[in-house]
Amino acid sequence: MSCKMLLREVSNYLDADIEPAVRQQLEEHIARCPECLVILDTTRKTVEIYQCCEPYPIPEPLQTRLREAIRKHCERSQSK
Amino acid sequence: MAAIDNPSPAQAVPGASPPPADEVRLVERARQGNLDAFTDLVNRYEGKIFRLTQHITGNREDAEDALQESFLKAYSRLNQFHGDSRFYTWLVRIAVNESLMKLRKRKTTAAVSLDEPIETDGSFMPREVASWDPSPEERYAQTELREILDRTVQALPPIFRTVFVLRDLDQLSTEETADALDISVPAVKSRLLRARLQLREDLTRYFQRGDQRGDGQVEKQHGENRASGKQNSK
Repeated sequence: MSCKMLLREVSNYLDADIEPAVRQQLEEHIARCPECLVILDTTRKTVEIYQCCEPYPIPEPLQTRLREAIRKHCERSQSK
Repeated sequence: MAAIDNPSPAQAVPGASPPPADEVRLVERARQGNLDAFTDLVNRYEGKIFRLTQHITGNREDAEDALQESFLKAYSRLNQFHGDSRFYTWLVRIAVNESLMKLRKRKTTAAVSLDEPIETDGSFMPREVASWDPSPEERYAQTELREILDRTVQALPPIFRTVFVLRDLDQLSTEETADALDISVPAVKSRLLRARLQLREDLTRYFQRGDQRGDGQVEKQHGENRASGKQNSK
């Protein structure tokens, strides 16, 4: 497996969505290519660091506005 | 992706996780006009939908409008949701449409069509090849870290950004993401790869290990000068 091919497969590998033979080739490659190992590791960390971030809480005024809009919309729908 | 004014009834999506049982009941009650049930669904998903609309529109005002419009349309079209897939996936489709319409109205120079052809990832060669600190998130205060993460995500083209948010932040499956965005599974995978690699590239500048920063840091293009003798590349 070339470095270029590894780049094409790195995302699938992280998702465990990869053919066994390709996975083996990838793992053999990173065992002897330090740069690809770094890319794989830092790509994994990229996903992890984003997944650790919770969504911003919705500001209360926006929540209130949203619920009010839905309430009015519901009333209009039911009055028809 | 063509603007979809009326999302098609949800079809069974391969690879989709089954909806929670209480959600099935909530949706059914909401379809019967129970506002409290619909409000429970809003409570459950407003945070994720708001994050999605923010990331797609890149504009706070548009994101808030798209959030509101998404739930209003969802309420109006509950009779079109048949429960064959997750309610959230169906809701996402509405929110993506609303967000893209906002983006088109502002006529940004960024791509707003999810149908754009994608270059193969073979054209993307990393430039930043440096290990990260073991706990990079500890280098920054929480608010600073969040700004960095938001900034780098916003730098992605919308077609990559949307897939990344749905797959990696909202944890939709590849198939659910394809269904929500009306694109193919290979397109989801290709765009996700590009998004992850680009984010990795950008974040490396913030998170690379301390001993690799400074004058000694050599920025090199990965894969170049392979002729120097490495035997592992084929």
